[in-house]
Amino acid sequence: MENTKKYMNSYLAGVLLGVVILFSFYLTREGLGASGAYKRIAAEIENVVAPSYTHSENSHSSSYFKDGLNPLKNRLVFMVIGVFIGGFVSGTIAGRVKLTLEHSPRITSKKRAIAALIGGALFGIGASFGRGCTSGAGLDGMATLATSGFVVVMAIFGSGYIFAYFFRKLWI
Amino acid sequence: MGPIFNASDEWSYVVALVIGIFFGLILESAGFSSSRKLAGVFYGYDFVVLRVFFMAALTAAVGLAFFDYFDLIDLSKIYVNPYFIGPTIVGGVIMGLGFIIGGFCPGTSACAAAIGKIDAMIFIGGIVIGAIIFDVAYPLYSEFYESGNKGAQLIYEVMGISKEWFLLIFVVFAIAVFYITAYIQKLVSKNVNKY
Repeated sequence: MENTKKYMNSYLAGVLLGVVILFSFYLTREGLGASGAYKRIAAEIENVVAPSYTHSENSHSSSYFKDGLNPLKNRLVFMVIGVFIGGFVSGTIAGRVKLTLEHSPRITSKKRAIAALIGGALFGIGASFGRGCTSGAGLDGMATLATSGFVVVMAIFGSGYIFAYFFRKLWI
Repeated sequence: MGPIFNASDEWSYVVALVIGIFFGLILESAGFSSSRKLAGVFYGYDFVVLRVFFMAALTAAVGLAFFDYFDLIDLSKIYVNPYFIGPTIVGGVIMGLGFIIGGFCPGTSACAAAIGKIDAMIFIGGIVIGAIIFDVAYPLYSEFYESGNKGAQLIYEVMGISKEWFLLIFVVFAIAVFYITAYIQKLVSKNVNKY
């Protein structure tokens, strides 16, 4: 953990993030979010590949196109673009920008890549059911003291701890 | 009095972009661009996720209460996530599984991909694929997806206590969790090789 010193104190980072959430609500009535942007990209892809299904009642993505709306014209898309910019700026300042595939020394790059793909897909499905991800459903929900926020956070971390044992070889 | 901008207001896009930049800056600075650091929360060698996460939720919750107290914000206009019992729990459990296998969540994968983490880029591809899978199979569970709707339910109302009491309990609980996890991290770090 020799890199830890370069990172910001985590309590300070938490307070700053909390202030950002506060201002997000104050300015736009909504908090943070990330999965929504990916869901909208997915809807765009569906629209190209299978437009008739995407616009049908069977599709959940159809709501993104209602009344001729453009799914990508949404605040969450702009927010995730911002996260990319902010992450890149911070990484550049700290000298952490480097094309790497990070993985535990006990597994191969290929195994890590497959796990990342499966994990991402599960997150895409889970965030759809949960109506938001760790930020959009969890953080925002807890900030507004919504029951859903506390329930989803307990479910995410609870299941993470339950499943952690079975996937320990991926990490330790 | 807040909220200032309407969701349909084009200004809200600019605001979202700027907020996203700060979001990314903080996530990356805190170390959320490393999946191995993030996964630490599940094995006890690094609780950074938990600290940042709870500290942020707490700060925002207390901040909103203060803004409300000083009439700076109209809380009735704030978006509160609806609670759909089954879908929220099922979604959370699937996300937990995705977290432990993939090592990221959607927000953290964006900031990790931004600094060149290939595993994060793959994870993002996975999210998009997962969202498409969800939608293609949507007719199978569309009824479940809309079930158990409790609306924009607030947790302190369910518990039957005032908001102020809940916030106090939340703060005390968080401090206890911070202490306990710091202790665990110290113990585990001794036994885990390097990471």
